[in-house]
Amino acid sequence: MKIAALSQEIMIVLIGILLLLIVSSLTAFILTKTKPEKDFTEINLRIKSWWMMATVFTFAILINHNISLIFLAFLCFLALKEYLSLIPTHRAHRQILFWAYLAIPIQFYWIYIGWYGMFIIFIPVYMFLFLPIRMLLIGENKGFLRTMGSVHWGLMLMVFGLSHLAYLLVLPGTTGANVASGTGLVLYIVILTQCNDVAQFMWGKTLGKHKVLPRVSPNKTWEGLLGGIATTMGLALLLAPLLTPFALWSTLFSGFAISLAGFIGDVNISSLKRDLGIKDSGQTIPGHGGILDRVDSLTYTAPLFLHFVRYFYFG
Amino acid sequence: MKIVRRLFFTIIIRPFILIILGLNVRRPENLPTEGPAILVANHNSHLDTLVLMTLFKGKKIHGIRPVAAADYFLKNKWLAWFSLHIMHIIPLNRRPKRRDESLFQGVYDALDQNEIVILFPEGSRGEPEKVSRLKSGIYYLLRERPDVPVYPVFMHGLGKSLPKGEALFVPFFCDVFVGESFAWHSDKKTFMTTVETQMEELANEGGFTAWE
Repeated sequence: MKIAALSQEIMIVLIGILLLLIVSSLTAFILTKTKPEKDFTEINLRIKSWWMMATVFTFAILINHNISLIFLAFLCFLALKEYLSLIPTHRAHRQILFWAYLAIPIQFYWIYIGWYGMFIIFIPVYMFLFLPIRMLLIGENKGFLRTMGSVHWGLMLMVFGLSHLAYLLVLPGTTGANVASGTGLVLYIVILTQCNDVAQFMWGKTLGKHKVLPRVSPNKTWEGLLGGIATTMGLALLLAPLLTPFALWSTLFSGFAISLAGFIGDVNISSLKRDLGIKDSGQTIPGHGGILDRVDSLTYTAPLFLHFVRYFYFG
Repeated sequence: MKIVRRLFFTIIIRPFILIILGLNVRRPENLPTEGPAILVANHNSHLDTLVLMTLFKGKKIHGIRPVAAADYFLKNKWLAWFSLHIMHIIPLNRRPKRRDESLFQGVYDALDQNEIVILFPEGSRGEPEKVSRLKSGIYYLLRERPDVPVYPVFMHGLGKSLPKGEALFVPFFCDVFVGESFAWHSDKKTFMTTVETQMEELANEGGFTAWE
């Protein structure tokens, strides 16, 4: 099997992830053995899930371009399904949800053929105009705004937002001799976003005192946020030369912006969950909760990052 | 036929239920590992039986027997073949003319062969995402096999995915709550109350709002 995307730089990054996972597994193992009085079940479960996610993601992204697109489309499907299962939906409007799902293959088709103009307006304009027409044909007025608003909001975050990850793969100019392959950019944004989540969590756990948004997410502190920003900027300095064509200023700015946007994406979904009165969005990923709990930050970082690189490097 | 059934569930039904639909199962460890046992569940969709059967992996599928309405599932040759051989149903006459001693014979045979029988005490799929009044057939059925344990299971979401009378399937995550098993009781009212409260508790666990 020929793995085209596997350049030497990407290889180094993958070895880095592997080392990071081994170190965290070892640390958790030692902590579990040396402090039997404490309960590390959840942490161990989380690390185990990280291994799973890293493995699946690495293979899905590296093996082949089309597999990557199918994998990301499936990720959008899982996120949208989780969202639509959580929110209260109207019985008469079942068919609207069916059309919302149908937007996923269509959106990914635009990405597959590299039609940027259609990719960027299909959900914000055409789905936005089409769904109400379908509603009018059903003719159930009760709950019109609720269905319309909640379904389109979900489509924007879970399909439009997340599909930006896939568009990184087909940016014009990312193939060929250019070091910064689309695969490299996807790895960069996903690794930074996920590590930022973990870093903010850890800084918050160890130093956290002053709450940022006490009513939305009481666990988020200024210490966690600032520590996360610093950590992510540091990580950006390490990864950018391997995975991106970034100059120093873009590296630092992207690290800062990913950290901040990741935070906002996270609390955005927290607010939704609080509104619905639930803690975890699901049980799909042991120790983490549902798919939404894992991709919440990406719904903000992916679109911002795509437009940043597109404007400054592939415009 | 066993091979066809096994393949049908492994290649088509399991991937469909787990990937397109998606299950959140609470306490799968409460499920019976061997028969004889009776699984009672709420009934809102044709998907109910498929989800319950998906909870049992591999070879076990041969020992799972859903009780299904003869008038519906045997109504034509093709459906009857599929129902009897692939779904492996125990057909039940929903409207026996008068006292019929052999009404539950199929269920007794299955239980005597240590199989796990799936039963929907509501009798019909009814309104989506609503539990209808439970029928007392299960009491009379168990009177002849009083030692068989009853396992309550509540499913949420399937009535939204494929409600009665709709042909369009829409994916929703399905929550499955498995309760603690309980035994038959000689007093009909006590036993039926137990079944009802068990199902109600499982239904309330998810805190789901009614589907308007």
